[in-house]
Amino acid sequence: MAEVNTDKGGQGGKGKPKKLSTRIDLTPMVDLGFLLITFFMLATSMAKPQTMEISMPSKEKVKDEEQNKVKASKAMTILLAKENKVYYYFGTTENGVDPEVFETSFDSEKGIRKILLERNKTVNKQVDSLKTVKVKKKLSPEEFKSKLTEIKANKDAVVVLIKPSDVSNYQNLVDILDEMQITNIGRYAIVPISSYDTGLVEKTAPDAFKEPTQNK
Amino acid sequence: MPKVKVARKSTWVDMTAMCDVAFLLLTFFILTSNFIQKELVQVVTPTSISEIKVPEVNVMNILIGNDGKVVMGIDNQKKREELLDKISKAYNLNFTKKQIAEFGLSNTFGVPVAALGQSLDLSPGDRAKPENVLGIPADSTANEFKEWVRYARQVNPQLKIVIKADKGTPYGKIKKVLNTLLDLNENRYNLITGMEEAPKLPKL
Repeated sequence: MAEVNTDKGGQGGKGKPKKLSTRIDLTPMVDLGFLLITFFMLATSMAKPQTMEISMPSKEKVKDEEQNKVKASKAMTILLAKENKVYYYFGTTENGVDPEVFETSFDSEKGIRKILLERNKTVNKQVDSLKTVKVKKKLSPEEFKSKLTEIKANKDAVVVLIKPSDVSNYQNLVDILDEMQITNIGRYAIVPISSYDTGLVEKTAPDAFKEPTQNK
Repeated sequence: MPKVKVARKSTWVDMTAMCDVAFLLLTFFILTSNFIQKELVQVVTPTSISEIKVPEVNVMNILIGNDGKVVMGIDNQKKREELLDKISKAYNLNFTKKQIAEFGLSNTFGVPVAALGQSLDLSPGDRAKPENVLGIPADSTANEFKEWVRYARQVNPQLKIVIKADKGTPYGKIKKVLNTLLDLNENRYNLITGMEEAPKLPKL
């Protein structure tokens, strides 16, 4: 250490000039150091927040021939209602028969995730095998990414239409987008809810989209 | 009586090591951290498993509070001053040099254009008080928010739109903002979310 201490405790007083200790008390410096640390810890944030990237379908009208219609058999519509409730149905009205509407929740065990996983089974299997390949053969992250998007863009995969109602909240929207990522659904869109959708749900749950009367 | 000599030990502790540690930590904190910026509306973000980080430069922040108040801001002081200049021309308003400088320094703003001058005269602390944050009107009538976004895009074409909304914000309020953005052909956004661990999926 840098300390030079030759002081032997008051015995050196005979004739010789008393040597002064070169030791400096560092306690105030330590105080200062910790004070500044405290300040920096309180005034700053360490972690950068995460983000989720979404792109919305453009409002511009697409010409009819350019529009690729979603095959009714592949389509799944998810409606976000109040109190974290989720309604979903497959396809659309065909030959005057309305599709059956089911109610579910965001529960991770038996909620919407289970249905989405089941629905997107073929893609999920491919993703799973891709992951094992990645672990074994060490695919580079870029290769993995491009293959993953390729699988997800599969034309036969399920297409999900997310329709949040005005009474659902932002958390619901983020949750459902999250589920899309978890269940490897590559083709989904946020679409405005229509009276057709609310009509379907209101047959079984009449006040699913009603504004809550109290605590407004 | 025989004296029992107890060797007196000095209570002096060498602080050098402690000092070293303190400054090491200090250096670490200075280098790794970024300052928390005060936001005009209190927002608790929802969580997601997404791991994409927020872009650092060329961002337009749009905050939507629990009650649907819209607050926005763009980065870069110079760009902000340019933006205010454009807005003042569009709405025929005059701002003093002091107000323009004040606008350049505040990273977000959330009042209707008519009240902007008054708001800029307040101290930053008073301006952040909830009763002084009126929100930028984003309704279909007198959509000032649309003008702000339009001019912000003119000022900085590389802007990325970052939306930060409260978990409890009703989708109706979010929809207004999204529809306005879509009207301007802005359809790529970053939604700010908290961290959440990715769930284990059942084996297929």
